[in-house]
Amino acid sequence: MTRPPTTLHQDATHESALGHVTGHARYVDDLPHPPGLLHGVIVRSPVARGTLLGVDVEDAVRLPGVVRVLTASDVPGDNHVGPIVHDEPVLADGELWWNGQPVALVLGTTREAARRGAEAVSVRHEPLTPVLTMEEAERRDQWLITPHVIRRGDVDAALASAHLVIQGEVHTPGQDHFYLETHASLAVPGEAGTMDLASSTQHPTEIQRMVAHVLGIPDAAVTCRVPRMGGGFGGKESQATTPACLAALGAWLTQRPVKVWLERGEDMRITGKRHPFRGRYRAGFDAEGRLLGFDAEVVADGGATVDLTGPIVDRALFHLDNAYVLPACRLVGKAVRTNLPSNTAFRGFGGPQGVAVIEDAMERAAFQLGLDPVEIRRRNYYADTAGRDITPYGQQVRDVRIERMTETLLATSDLAAWRAEVAAFNATSAHTKRGIGFVPVKFGISFTNSLLNQAGALLLVYADGSVQLNHGGTEMGQGLHTKMIAVCAEVLGVRPSDVRVMATSTEKVPNTSATAASSGSDLNGQAVREACEAVKARMVPVACELLGAERVRFAGGRCVDADRPDHAVAFSKVASDCWVRQISLSSTGFYRTPGIAYDRPGGQGTPFFYYAYGAALAEVEVSAWTGEYRIRRADLLHDVGDSLVPSIDRGQVEGAFVQGVGWLTTEDVLYGPDGACVTRGPSTYKIPAVGDVPADLRVNLERSPQAGTIGGSKAVGEPPFLLGFSVVHALRAAVAAFGTREPELALPATPEAVLFAIDRQRA
Amino acid sequence: MAVSFTVDGQVVRVEGLHPTTTLLRWLRESGRVGTKEGCAEGDCGACTVVVAHDGRWRAVNSCLIPLPSLHGRAVLTVEGLARGDRAHPVQEAMVEALGSQCGYCTPGFVMTLFEGAHRTDLDQPWKLDDQLCGNLCRCTGYRPIRDALQQVAGTCPDDGLAAPATDEDALREDGEGGAWFAPTRVSEATAWLAEHPEARVIAGATDLGLDITQKHARFASLLSVDRLAELRGIEVAAGMATIGAATTLVELEDWSAEGLPVLHRMLRFFGARQIKHRATIGGNLCNASPIGDLAPVVLALGGAMELVSASGARTVSADDFFVAYRRTALQPGELLARVRLPIPPAATKLGAYKVSRRRELDISAVSAAFQVRVAEDAVTEARLAYGGMAATPIRARAAEALLVGRPWTEETVRAAADSLRESFQPLTDHRASAEYRHRVARNLLLGFFAETREQPFIALPDRPTATVQEVG
Ligand SMILES: Cc1cc2nc3c(=O)[nH]c(=O)nc-3n(C[C@H](O)[C@H](O)[C@H](O)COP(=O)(O)OP(=O)(O)OC[C@H]3O[C@@H](n4cnc5c(N)ncnc54)[C@H](O)[C@@H]3O)c2cc1C
Ligand code: FES
Ligand code: FES
Repeated sequence: MTRPPTTLHQDATHESALGHVTGHARYVDDLPHPPGLLHGVIVRSPVARGTLLGVDVEDAVRLPGVVRVLTASDVPGDNHVGPIVHDEPVLADGELWWNGQPVALVLGTTREAARRGAEAVSVRHEPLTPVLTMEEAERRDQWLITPHVIRRGDVDAALASAHLVIQGEVHTPGQDHFYLETHASLAVPGEAGTMDLASSTQHPTEIQRMVAHVLGIPDAAVTCRVPRMGGGFGGKESQATTPACLAALGAWLTQRPVKVWLERGEDMRITGKRHPFRGRYRAGFDAEGRLLGFDAEVVADGGATVDLTGPIVDRALFHLDNAYVLPACRLVGKAVRTNLPSNTAFRGFGGPQGVAVIEDAMERAAFQLGLDPVEIRRRNYYADTAGRDITPYGQQVRDVRIERMTETLLATSDLAAWRAEVAAFNATSAHTKRGIGFVPVKFGISFTNSLLNQAGALLLVYADGSVQLNHGGTEMGQGLHTKMIAVCAEVLGVRPSDVRVMATSTEKVPNTSATAASSGSDLNGQAVREACEAVKARMVPVACELLGAERVRFAGGRCVDADRPDHAVAFSKVASDCWVRQISLSSTGFYRTPGIAYDRPGGQGTPFFYYAYGAALAEVEVSAWTGEYRIRRADLLHDVGDSLVPSIDRGQVEGAFVQGVGWLTTEDVLYGPDGACVTRGPSTYKIPAVGDVPADLRVNLERSPQAGTIGGSKAVGEPPFLLGFSVVHALRAAVAAFGTREPELALPATPEAVLFAIDRQRA
Repeated sequence: MAVSFTVDGQVVRVEGLHPTTTLLRWLRESGRVGTKEGCAEGDCGACTVVVAHDGRWRAVNSCLIPLPSLHGRAVLTVEGLARGDRAHPVQEAMVEALGSQCGYCTPGFVMTLFEGAHRTDLDQPWKLDDQLCGNLCRCTGYRPIRDALQQVAGTCPDDGLAAPATDEDALREDGEGGAWFAPTRVSEATAWLAEHPEARVIAGATDLGLDITQKHARFASLLSVDRLAELRGIEVAAGMATIGAATTLVELEDWSAEGLPVLHRMLRFFGARQIKHRATIGGNLCNASPIGDLAPVVLALGGAMELVSASGARTVSADDFFVAYRRTALQPGELLARVRLPIPPAATKLGAYKVSRRRELDISAVSAAFQVRVAEDAVTEARLAYGGMAATPIRARAAEALLVGRPWTEETVRAAADSLRESFQPLTDHRASAEYRHRVARNLLLGFFAETREQPFIALPDRPTATVQEVG
């Protein structure tokens, strides 16, 4: 059986797999209940906008099992939280901003008692007319962030000289994270004014800071631990704060442990989604399909509070070029405030919304110029040649892999034969057509707020040679811990099974960044390596002395004389000798990404350490009777560098692709006229199921090493999400086959959207 | 309430809980936290366990099962599969295939795979999807899980976990919180209903369970039909199939593959395995949802309902059964006992269609079932039934009238299909717009014509792209 890797760059199973499959892996809601536990249930705002006149709790507190009801006035510190700007009330105060906003917390001895209590609380309010659409918000000048502008060359002149100018508008939809584990936090009050939390968060440091801020105590008085998450996808980057702060507030005021766990319906009503974006553009091409100028503006619907909207819009702008050189451009990013749950991080973090805009231009230009959609894209690729390697924001792109990868994909997929098959099918089929779609991807790696690109680790070697590894990253299924074990085992030369990764905790590594931006293994991997190297450096002299050697290697759980490979001593023996000789066997490690910085007002800089690439081809079949469709085949080639654990990366590529397909096809977040989320469970919100995955799925990894990263690997969490665009392009091609005009397909491309597109095509 | 059953081989006795307490709640509150909650609406599969029934383990959603329906039965959860340190073969297959990433969906998948390992009929790739479609995974993209199932399907591992015999004794509980009566004889059931006119009938609880978990309803008294052997099973005689109301959809699916293919075609994309093990035909029809998928088939076939009460039995035609939005002709004290479906002669043109946003595990935006008989170049009978187009499942009478007596040609069918827009005022909701429903309703009839031009009926292919099949 495959097992945790014995060396780096080898396939391995997930480090917790046995726990997952036996049901022994524990998540926050599974932790044993501490004595005296209270359950917290949130009372939500019933309106999208209003004035809060009061919260009547008398009926609730009279109910059996209800212990206390908390409102904003109970907050001892600052009631306002937020990852960048503290503009979000933990409990509504004065104003109601979105339907579902937390207004009060009912604490009960059972969840059922607390839920009944929550039903009995009445939120007295005066409703106001909410702003539920981006257009309305724009009309009212409800801007959420300062606009971000990136300029290069004279775009107006470029467009004026173009052979073809396409004007377009692209609406990309929201998306619910639909992590299988909903938000959960358990707060346990400690001695002397301290608070310990277990939280399903991607960002334990944020929880620590926000809880301290809300309770009015120092950060050091709070700890936050993350056993693991049942999926995060960005939804637990900033938005775990509310459940955690509420649990901590309850625990602080009652001095009893409090758990806040959200039912699926609550989770989907209270929390924000992927930002819907509207992109408007003018794209100028020459007759050969080369982009001359691109003038684009994107506007995001931020929802009620700022949250992470600023950097999300930034990343959208940084990806308006996708893999293409823009000789002249004007790129503008804005965001509006609406009375909807505050939208937040979601895999890709604005990148997919940016790419959607230029991909629309590419699809349309290919059609209008009569060019092969693969060919027109290749003509515009970045390359390692002068003039073709500078992004609109002035970063030099190095080691450009996209052309090479496209060539590989065309060859391995035998695209010519594949296309011939599809054409033959379409020639004889009246109501069912097939189409092939292509997309290339270039994705920038690093937090765009450069200071966040730092990470820490803490290694503890015990006298028996066993190892505890702590690092700042959280495990949400992405296999980060598996990779960190591999790095640690490689450096120390021990068996992976001797390395225990500890639950992420602010007690072990302080001031961490969120596990986000695909950066988990890039940043933490380097910190882990540094910690391991530091301890190893102290062990080496002891090993040399024990072996009478000049130089030693650490491998296979032993320290080996580099000159006499048959002379070796067990790692555990060296560890115990270090202890006897009073040598420290623990060390921290720290890493910060070098050489990145960005000047937002100037729109210039080097926000990314490097780029990851991908390319995909997909085939769909669509029905003109109903607009239903099926993905028949997808060929994915994704750039993971010299992968730390290739089997884990393959899982990320496949999972991200399917999630990207879901975003663009069946998933549709809908709000009612009262601003309440109506798609609040899997019965109404449809993420891909097993049949939505192509039966014929061919995945390959591009594995040439990346300079300057841990083990030559590349980040993989987010970039393959964008490969899902291949399916939209395939749907467009299939729709186009029903007629001669340029296809128009709305997103998400539900069967309904596809049927309407086909009907337009045939009209 | 005192209910006893076995969990992972251990006999448990549960007292003092309300009868609507679900198995999942109880498992987690009793410390068996390996089984997860992802939705509490039967739609994610994270809570999947297996329950022994009729000598086989059956994957079910523990979030929708009221505890009393487990009385005398056996449950196996993800925590009961390993033998000491040795993981079960299905667990090993999942580890090996990297079938878990975050692991939250995994306990449910493991139990679905467990059932699959003990099924001997998962012999084609599409059947693997059919087995798996009741479980959602947000991380893996499913490919590795499908691989794991492929590896274990039908291997019937010698795991010492054969499904035990179960006890189908009656259960009567008049607890404080509410009453639950699960008799073994229909006469007992009707007598009790006569005394408790306020009681709700409960079958598989895949509809009623949502009232419990989503609307937090606490029914005062429930009459469970799940131990009424008289109401289970299918008999065919003289061109008529008589189906017990408590027959599960898995049983119906197994029988209809040969026995009534048009019904089978509708069942192919109905809920998921876990739902079909619990859901009954009676529950589907009595729920009278405008988007209940079996109603159009029953209407198109010209079926009838046998209703029983303490004062006797009566038969109501399907046409008269669905009286208003979620209301049927059932009177207080009445129970649906059997559904009668005439089996059409071989040359009858038949079709059943279901259109939803996602093909698997989704509720219909529009559904339809059609029966058309043609003799001597003219239509002699047309029954066109739709779901999702009105407040009830409904026949398109005007369109039928445009067909009967006329030749079965593209022209007449087009005229009939065009008339549908006048007949229906469908809703715009989160599943579809009214306009989409109009267009699809029309296209389904045209598609039915195209499909049945050469042959009276075609079965669905393994992995259909759409509900209407391309012919020729
Ligand atoms: C995840 C999920 C997916 C689903 N997918 C589909 C789908 O694809 N298509 C579809 O049509 N439905 C679907 N449903 C709905 C449901 O599964 C079906 O309607 C099912 O057939 C109901 O049967 P049941 O035995 O579970 O009914 P129950 O929930 O037990 O009862 C439903 C109603 O019928 C009444 N009732 C039941 N039996 C009798 C009887 N013998 N006499 C009188 N009254 C009775 C009950 O009082 C209740 O009002 C789905 C449900 C879920 C949770
Ligand atoms: S918890 Fe989702 S199906 Fe039961
Ligand atoms: S592994 Fe995370 S949801 Fe399936």
